[in-house]
Amino acid sequence: MSEQNSAATLAGPAPTGGQTPADKTPNAISRMLGGSAGRSLGLVIALLALFVVGTITAGDRFASFENVLTIIRFASIIGVISIGMTFVITAGGIDLSVGSVMGLATVVATLSWVQDFATSTSWIVMVIVALAVGAGAGLINGIVIAYGNVVAFIATLAMLVAARGLAEVLANRTTQIVKEQGFLSAMRGDLIGVPILIWIFVIVVIAGWFLLNRTTFGRRTVAIGGNLEAARLAGIKVKRHIMYVYVLAGLTAGIAAVMMLARTTAGTSTHGTLYELDAIAAVVVGGTLLVGGRGTIMGTVLGVLIFSTLTNVFTQNNLSTSVQAIAKGAIIVAAVMLQQRLANRSRSRKP
Amino acid sequence: MTKAFAGVRALDGVELTVLPGEVHCVLGQNGAGKSTLIKTLSGVNQPDSGEILWNGEAVTIADPVAAIQLGIATMYQELDVVDGLTVAENIFLGHEHARAGVTERRRSAKEAAGLMARLGHPQISPSREVGSLSAANKQIVSMARALSHDAKLIVMDEPSAVLDSEEVKNLFRVVRELTAAGIAVIYISHRLEEIREIGDRITVIKDGRTMATSLPVASTPTAELITLMTGRTVENVFPPAPGVPAEAPVVLSVQGLGLAGVFADVSFEVRAGEIVGLAGLVGSGRSEIVETLYGARKATDGTVEVDGRRLPAGSVRAGVHAGMGLSPEERKSQGLILDEPVYRNVTLASFTRWAKLGFLDERSERRIAREQLDALELRPADPDRPARTLSGGNQQKLLLARWLVHGTRILLLDEPTRGVDVGARAEIYALIRRLAEKGTAIVVISSEIDEVLGLSDRVLVVAEGRVIHTSRADDIDEHRVLDLVMKGTAA
Repeated sequence: MSEQNSAATLAGPAPTGGQTPADKTPNAISRMLGGSAGRSLGLVIALLALFVVGTITAGDRFASFENVLTIIRFASIIGVISIGMTFVITAGGIDLSVGSVMGLATVVATLSWVQDFATSTSWIVMVIVALAVGAGAGLINGIVIAYGNVVAFIATLAMLVAARGLAEVLANRTTQIVKEQGFLSAMRGDLIGVPILIWIFVIVVIAGWFLLNRTTFGRRTVAIGGNLEAARLAGIKVKRHIMYVYVLAGLTAGIAAVMMLARTTAGTSTHGTLYELDAIAAVVVGGTLLVGGRGTIMGTVLGVLIFSTLTNVFTQNNLSTSVQAIAKGAIIVAAVMLQQRLANRSRSRKP
Repeated sequence: MTKAFAGVRALDGVELTVLPGEVHCVLGQNGAGKSTLIKTLSGVNQPDSGEILWNGEAVTIADPVAAIQLGIATMYQELDVVDGLTVAENIFLGHEHARAGVTERRRSAKEAAGLMARLGHPQISPSREVGSLSAANKQIVSMARALSHDAKLIVMDEPSAVLDSEEVKNLFRVVRELTAAGIAVIYISHRLEEIREIGDRITVIKDGRTMATSLPVASTPTAELITLMTGRTVENVFPPAPGVPAEAPVVLSVQGLGLAGVFADVSFEVRAGEIVGLAGLVGSGRSEIVETLYGARKATDGTVEVDGRRLPAGSVRAGVHAGMGLSPEERKSQGLILDEPVYRNVTLASFTRWAKLGFLDERSERRIAREQLDALELRPADPDRPARTLSGGNQQKLLLARWLVHGTRILLLDEPTRGVDVGARAEIYALIRRLAEKGTAIVVISSEIDEVLGLSDRVLVVAEGRVIHTSRADDIDEHRVLDLVMKGTAA
């Protein structure tokens, strides 16, 4: 049908004024960091402020390369989940089940027969099992939401409860130790001085950024979140895409499960408790609209980093986790209020 | 009763004098400053300079509550009723009859019933949930609320936009009763015919300025009004229909199409280059017919064929692939992604075409979008602006651009000029005709019968979910269509 598009143009091709190669480069750069970084300027400032506070109060203990790696490593697991959550929220949905799905995936991947099979073949088996459990749970979420017409909040709430229950049954409420040495040595290692966990996070972030901003998958996600009916009437397969988005979120929960196994060397049904809330908080603080239609991967990363830096600063200063929780709550409210104010300002600019 | 303003940012010298018991019409294109004027009157915006005189005294309207206390009630275009509450609860929202915090339901119900009767709708029960009412009846509730505040001035922002011609008649009847009781009405509308019928005096606004004020409705020629609004003259609104050659191939063929409980046994054909209009009241099933043949609703009976090939029922994708494109009735909620840039709205149906291995080619998308914006004279021709910032007419053009880019050969246009001002309408009419001349088959729906007749080659009259009449557009006039519609509805 593409031959017809020029035939349907009423006038001949018009001069493409303004779109010269010269303005391509700043466009590309400003969009790359920027579509989000411009909006995320406040987040960057907040993050820098936290670093200043940390350096002043805890000195070199805080401002060291090791500590920065600690902060990022701490952020990495919740960060990976938050990338998946960014897609779901951008598409106008929500996924409350990611934390318990992650827990379930750690349990299934450490079942004794899975570990035995991995030992006799390759540690990759454990990784594949964890990813499959995550994606499978996401697929069920997606089918129930897209084709069963169940509200995402309820569908994923059900999955939250059910996955946790299934994990308890499978693990018999015990903690299953990772005995597969191949897995541990591969996942707990370093690459050029940076832990594998951080590398995984970085790769997921880059992949997520491309997926959201540069691919047809991302375009559909934004379109559906921005106006589901318009997307449907334009011929986009809305239901199928919504299902894919939940599969993606489940997949990131599976990746997070692999990371969790590497960090704790154990699988248990209590892994990931309340992670869904941390992920949602990071995504929303990052600037992704909770009603859908606009998502920012960079914002999410900054949101996750702000929370993990905050925790680090508080821990370095021996402040209790309760005080941290209060500060977290305040940050969430402040960030969202600021966001709304900015959104209103840009909206009222219409002529 | 006098009001004079000057210089709110979007307004730059507006003068308006409203007398008790008159219908004062405010005319202006989209973006002329009508909304800002309303907001200033209702206390949402504050004037930067100038003053508002109320019964000869200067007043400041600090907020919406102050406006209501003065006696100024506003009926917004987007109906401001709460769907989940009952009619009575909506009417007394914010000033409930209550004793010690407990609402007096019986008293509210009685007064609400009185107001509904006064507005000519005694059949609407005060205990009915507003969400179950039609748009027209919601408007009546909104008006009842204004009356419950004992309003002296009611501002109506395009009240007829959501109504069909029958409902508009009732609206006018109510407006006449209000004015007979000494209430002043500021009536804002795009539709000149309506203003002719209901208005007493007209004020024309353009670019935030008063172009002319207090013109008598009866003696001001239409051409003069259009010139004042647009700053240019508009001669013939509808382009001539050259007629469709008999050998033009049938592109779209609908046979016995039905949707259980909504419409049944709809059959018609559209040839390449032909414009077929569907005339009928809101609720007659005309939008549902088009949505069903497009695949947005799943037909329970009948077939749809494009180029002789049968389409599966209920698949928008199949329809789009076969070359159909729908410009839906509700542009904003069904058509556009308002916060996304114009170019992405233009390429929404076809962005995969330029993508390689799933990666988007936004440069090509922008280029193609820009070509279409220029070809359709969409203003401003900036592909990166959010679609939200465009005027109604330009948003409509954007939807046309989407399907032109896709290479659509069958365009389904549901209310293509709703909320589009007079100047832009003529442009859209011309555009639609030019598309037909290029061989596009077009189906048009409109609540305005003269629009359907003026634009189409052939007209189907729809009533109660059935096609009750088919004829060439020049063989039938507005009266005959209305007559058919009434009979069809009565049967």
